[in-house]
Amino acid sequence: MEPLIALLIGVLFAAGIYSLLRRSIVKLVIGVVLISQGANLLVFTSGGLLAGRPALVEAGATVLEAPFGDPLPQAMVLTAIVIGFGLTAFLLALVCRAHEAVGDDDINAFDNTDT
Amino acid sequence: MSEYALLLPILIPLIGVVLLLLGARSLAVQRAGGVLFSSLTFAASLYLLFAVDQADYLVMQMGAWEAPFGISLVADRFSAVMVAVSSFMGAAVGIYALSEIDEARLKKFFFPLYLVLIFGVNGAFLTGDLFNLYVWFEVMLIASFVLMSMGGEKGELEGGLKYVCLNLLSSVMFLAGAGIIYGKTGTLNMADIGQQLMLAENADWALSSSMLLLVSFGLKAGMFPFFFWLPASYHTPPSAVSAVFAGLLTKVGVYALFRSYTLIFMPLFPEVQNILLWLAILTMVTGVLGAASHFDMRRILSFHIVSQIGYMVLGLAFMTPLALAAAIFYLVHHIIVKTNLFLVSGVVIRMKGSCDLAKVGGLCNSAPWLAALFFIPAFSLGGIPPLSGFWAKFALVKSGVEIHAWWAVTFALLVGVLTLYSMTKIWAEAFWKKQPEDVDTTPAKPVGPLVFMVAPIVVLSISTVVIGFFGEPLFEFSERAAAQLLDPQSYISAVLPQPAEVSP
Repeated sequence: MEPLIALLIGVLFAAGIYSLLRRSIVKLVIGVVLISQGANLLVFTSGGLLAGRPALVEAGATVLEAPFGDPLPQAMVLTAIVIGFGLTAFLLALVCRAHEAVGDDDINAFDNTDT
Repeated sequence: MSEYALLLPILIPLIGVVLLLLGARSLAVQRAGGVLFSSLTFAASLYLLFAVDQADYLVMQMGAWEAPFGISLVADRFSAVMVAVSSFMGAAVGIYALSEIDEARLKKFFFPLYLVLIFGVNGAFLTGDLFNLYVWFEVMLIASFVLMSMGGEKGELEGGLKYVCLNLLSSVMFLAGAGIIYGKTGTLNMADIGQQLMLAENADWALSSSMLLLVSFGLKAGMFPFFFWLPASYHTPPSAVSAVFAGLLTKVGVYALFRSYTLIFMPLFPEVQNILLWLAILTMVTGVLGAASHFDMRRILSFHIVSQIGYMVLGLAFMTPLALAAAIFYLVHHIIVKTNLFLVSGVVIRMKGSCDLAKVGGLCNSAPWLAALFFIPAFSLGGIPPLSGFWAKFALVKSGVEIHAWWAVTFALLVGVLTLYSMTKIWAEAFWKKQPEDVDTTPAKPVGPLVFMVAPIVVLSISTVVIGFFGEPLFEFSERAAAQLLDPQSYISAVLPQPAEVSP
């Protein structure tokens, strides 16, 4: 399972970077979203993937039996997803307002504050 | 009891945010609350600084979960001095904002957001957990995103977009790096990661996440070649916002770099030393050349942030006790001076309606006091004795000479000269030359009395002079802080309950 997910993470990063390099600001947002999903998936996979072994002590037992899925990356990735969600919403609103102010969706038109 | 000193610089701004949101209607409440809570945070940070200087380390385990499992708050001397000086800037700029931030921005919750920014910055300095550091970065960034773009002017939105996108990318890399290191060590506690790497015979497997974090923190710190968002955005918002960004945000990135290579990835430092050294040199040189080519006061100052970051990273790359002490001294000096320069540029805009050097002039005659107030931080930045910048540069160069890093020393001195060149450019254009006649200089309607803008500038200028003339206590403190940074084992044993036994 892990190699498959690793491949998927790679594809997400590649697609994200490709979108970032396009000239439209909407594709910029799509690129940022894809890359951040790739990173979320990376954190999720980092704890190791185990199907059907939740980190719960079974009835009657007193200790957790050895192979169990690590719950911490899932908690972390939830935090990261929520943060990413909020930031994406803000980024969309910002792109919308910037598009109104500049009047173009080509990144090359956004060079007034540059050097 | 003194552990609770750790909580205050985080809790006070948070309480302030909640109370200010409750009193949202009244602008007077917003103003008074913003100043009150940022000043209280400063007071708390001073208490923390004294407590840490006595106790060496203050550690608090959140929810009483023992160290590698819960989230630790840790303050050593380095983080305590960073909290103190950034809360100092928070209080000073809070007062300045009274007279610069207009009603529209106040109604969009300027002060609560400003306190969220201080909250995030202090949290980032005090946490001892890598993922928690990521969360503090995000708290700080989301507040800064809104502060940067809340005015809704074209420049702000454009600059804001660049700022937001590149910082999001940096966060993604941070997250990926933290995820990979968690997968390999099974912990996110900085002390625990550091210990596992030190005990490992060969720590090369941590190189990938260390590089991801290096790029991420380098991006946030504005290092070469990741600094492009900084000069493209910092000159767009009101000066109070630029000033607090210039003073604090990039320094959090520098702090994180220091923490990474003196604690988390300490055993990997030899592998990155040369990379850091050359990145630092290139950061200094490109930053100062960018500044030399510009003709707008705030753009020049933005590029100078980049070039000065190079000096601090250079101190990290040397990694001798003197170099680290010099870098810490440099950070303190730089935060005060750079914030102050942006505040001065705000007063220039208030008087002349612009800080484009082609449009302003004659300030030496019309406002000689402002010329004096600009002179102190500007020439401190350039490294003129006896101001604080001279001692910072002197110690750094001395530490470079001691380890025969001739190239780095040569570039550091050269960049110092070029810094002086662009400061004299501002001086000659804005202050000495006559006011150009055919230029419209009607300034915008001022928001509040000038005294609230000038008072913080005076206080910060006095601090610069005091550090210059009586800098010895601060330098000795920096040396003690540097000694702590070079001894990660004591940090680890202060944080972890029973060393070398816990390994899940």
